[in-house]
Amino acid sequence: MEPIINTIERSAVKLTVEDFKSDQMVKWCPGCGDHAILRAVEKVLPEIGYKKENFAFISGIGCSSRFPYYVQTYGFHSIHGRASAIASGVKIASPGLSVWIVTGDGDSMAIGGNHFIHLIRRNIDVNLLLFNNQIYGLTKGQYSPTSPLGSHTKTSPYGTIEHPFNPGELVLGAQGTFFARGVDVNPKLMTEIMFEAAKHDGTSVVEVLQNCVIFNEGAYNMLTDKENREERLLILRNGEPMIFGKNRDKGIRLNGTRLEVVNIGENGITEKDLLVHDQHSKDPGIHLMLAKMSYPEFPVAMGVIRSAKSETYDDLMEQQITEIKAKSKIKCMDDLLNSGETWFVE
Amino acid sequence: MTHKKANIQELDQVVIRLSGDSGDGMQLIGTLFSDTAAFSGNDLATFPDFPAEIRAPLNTAAGVSGYQLHFGKKVHTSGDLSDVLVAMNPASLKTNLKWAKKGATIIADEDNFNDKAIEKAGYLSNPLIDGSLAGYTLIKAPMQKIAQETLRELKLDQKSVNRTKNMFALGILYYLFDKPTKFTLKFLEKKFAKNPVVAEANKLILQAGFHFADTIEAIPSTVVSKSVLPKGRYRNITGNIATAWGLMAASEKSGRPLFLGSYPITPATEILMELAKHRNLGVKTFQAEDEIAGVCSSIGASFAGSLACTTTSGPGLSLKLEALGLAVITELPLVVVNVQRGGPSTGLPTKSEQADLLQALFGRNGEAPMIIIAASSPIDCFYAAFETAKYSLEHMTPAILLTDGYIGFGSELFMIPKMSDLPEIHPPIAAANSAFKPYARDPETLVRQWAIPGTEGLRHRIGGLEKSDIEGQVSTDPLNHEKMVKYRADKVQLIAKRLPLQEVFGDNEGDLLVVSWGGTKGALYSAVEKMRSEGQSVSHVHFRYINPLPSNTKEVLSGYKKVVVCELNSGQFVQYLRMNFPEIPYLQYNKVQGLPFTVAELVNNFNNILKEI
Repeated sequence: MEPIINTIERSAVKLTVEDFKSDQMVKWCPGCGDHAILRAVEKVLPEIGYKKENFAFISGIGCSSRFPYYVQTYGFHSIHGRASAIASGVKIASPGLSVWIVTGDGDSMAIGGNHFIHLIRRNIDVNLLLFNNQIYGLTKGQYSPTSPLGSHTKTSPYGTIEHPFNPGELVLGAQGTFFARGVDVNPKLMTEIMFEAAKHDGTSVVEVLQNCVIFNEGAYNMLTDKENREERLLILRNGEPMIFGKNRDKGIRLNGTRLEVVNIGENGITEKDLLVHDQHSKDPGIHLMLAKMSYPEFPVAMGVIRSAKSETYDDLMEQQITEIKAKSKIKCMDDLLNSGETWFVE
Repeated sequence: MTHKKANIQELDQVVIRLSGDSGDGMQLIGTLFSDTAAFSGNDLATFPDFPAEIRAPLNTAAGVSGYQLHFGKKVHTSGDLSDVLVAMNPASLKTNLKWAKKGATIIADEDNFNDKAIEKAGYLSNPLIDGSLAGYTLIKAPMQKIAQETLRELKLDQKSVNRTKNMFALGILYYLFDKPTKFTLKFLEKKFAKNPVVAEANKLILQAGFHFADTIEAIPSTVVSKSVLPKGRYRNITGNIATAWGLMAASEKSGRPLFLGSYPITPATEILMELAKHRNLGVKTFQAEDEIAGVCSSIGASFAGSLACTTTSGPGLSLKLEALGLAVITELPLVVVNVQRGGPSTGLPTKSEQADLLQALFGRNGEAPMIIIAASSPIDCFYAAFETAKYSLEHMTPAILLTDGYIGFGSELFMIPKMSDLPEIHPPIAAANSAFKPYARDPETLVRQWAIPGTEGLRHRIGGLEKSDIEGQVSTDPLNHEKMVKYRADKVQLIAKRLPLQEVFGDNEGDLLVVSWGGTKGALYSAVEKMRSEGQSVSHVHFRYINPLPSNTKEVLSGYKKVVVCELNSGQFVQYLRMNFPEIPYLQYNKVQGLPFTVAELVNNFNNILKEI
């Protein structure tokens, strides 16, 4: 991986996984997908290369939000839904930090939905790991805003009657500049997209499809089973045609204004007819279609779906301060207190 | 311009009330008169009284915008009833006459008292001619007509001509109170530098107003005594601007960058607007998506080492309460400014009340004590904001500063302090690579250290779950929880040791002690001062420090035959005092009308209490 170049101070020595291992007991259930995500994060942090004190992990409430206890960085385990708002303050106040939000589908899509979309709209340079297990785990099995329509849970014994959010769609609708999707059973892909997220200037949202062994066991099995995963997941690579399938014989083509799955070699279709992934495209049109692809009509798109350049809030803030400071005659509080209309009383 | 009148009377102080339609420019001429009065040596206080609507229908009561100013020798409030009332239309007269003294001078734009406007205001006949104002000195000025005649040659459109009428009223006032027009003339030249015709029009009409008054022989001219203010450099400042500057001053003194996360809400928005101007001093303002994000972004900024603040009013504070609990348990500094308004719910957005005290004290889940300081006047907003930030930073405890719409919008003359004269602020920042533990405490103050992310060797985590003493690990140990609850409470109470002792205005014993807190100080002080000058045994104690209370509070409340607690609510501070010092037999004087106390009603009430002794 190429080194990340920005203003965050880098470590003088090569860091390792051990530098980020927490001394706390990890209290997630055995077999929970969160363990794999934690290992991916421990692995990617030394690769990113910043000084170990320059990482801050901010979380809300839920199973995922226990994350800051389990990684050795500056950490803040906050309140339900508010991690995005707290992290915004951390990054704006201290732009030299690499700020990571760890959140879940309840924390970010429900109670924290407003902060989530506004964080993205502002393009504050933070990385958000969204653990999507389509269920409320810590409160023991109620449906979440990403539970599929008809899900039977403790608060929907007859099936849910509300339509779920697709997080990618929400991110792009909020003018997101970075969206990637990974899955807990593919640690290599997770590490890759987390690194890409760190590299991106702006709000990076990484959705991880994560299995809750207790309350939603096997929610993603139909996508992740060894038998089927290559047929049902499309792993996107920038600049490469969109090919998937065990025999790499299927692809995605743009037909008119819609995507479609085609078989390479049938009806004269070759690789050249396939869409080539351009994650940097400013126009989010294709990215949105990719994010929305769902099984069984389509394979589910994995990897970096969008990574577009745009100014970040924190950079603009620093620029504005530098510019206004240079122009202003007021350099300190004494100047301000004595500015404008004042007069002397004898 | 000087005037030639011989029969000039001298008064210690005068109250002027300006009223007109929202677009009539009353706030502007109020500010201009204030500046002129201040430059010519008067003490003063002002209060704008405007509707929640931006531009309600023309000539209706809902659209009346007012501005009151009180100037003279020594001024503590924006005044009770006015000596002079300017009414630009019938609706203004209708809604404001009750704020004029009997026999007050009324200046009305008679051109606006047409049948339609009179009817819209709810009058059955024209009050300027039907004799109903017989007890007042009435100056009927044909402002519109004179403006049209005076400006004929400038070829301005009708709308621009009409907009100069406020200058006519101002000209009359300058004549009446023997004030120079030069400051306003200079202001107009500067303000309309790019539009010299409009500048000229306004100047002509100001002078026309002045001459008009000169030609009406009946008006007595008044000289208002100059102030007895201490020597120094002064400026006029509103409470909200003073609050913003107090926070900025604390940032400079503490070396901690200022961050404000806030959501616009009347009457607190001006603080956000003011701080947004000061990128020049490195201030970072973040206009959040809601009140919750306002406070949460500030908590994040505080974690990251800033002097973090959030500004709001009552309903906004309600939205922030959960997050305040997080600031309490993580023991981070945070300044919450609540510019109180009438509640509950949306209530009276532009009116003032002191009804958020109990919310500030107790409005959180669990036992979550915070520092609470209440500013007592527009100027005190500067010092109270500074102190709130100082104690919050030095004691690693979130703090609430209570101001209110009355002192937030009101203005006073501010003797400009030197930054070097303000106290130092030393936040307990943990040194790099030190033996830092998240909940290790200073044994005397119980204050923990602030380990700022980015600092080498201090990686740690905090959060909303209860943590173990010293080490800061997640802990559900029952005895540990009890200990941490007590630490958090004691830490706040121990601040009392550092607070100045509560002062009493008057005597340490006597017939009556008047107790107040927050933005009502001026009215209470004026009432007590008046009664004492008449030889009554009345003293006054005014609280700025609410939590903790000053250490001599019980002592100062004892020793009087009667103690009356005066508040603009149904009795919240008195409940708090009863809880802490139940042995004192408190009386109450409460007003919940969205209006400040008047000195007259206070004096009247205190006299009634004294009669019963």
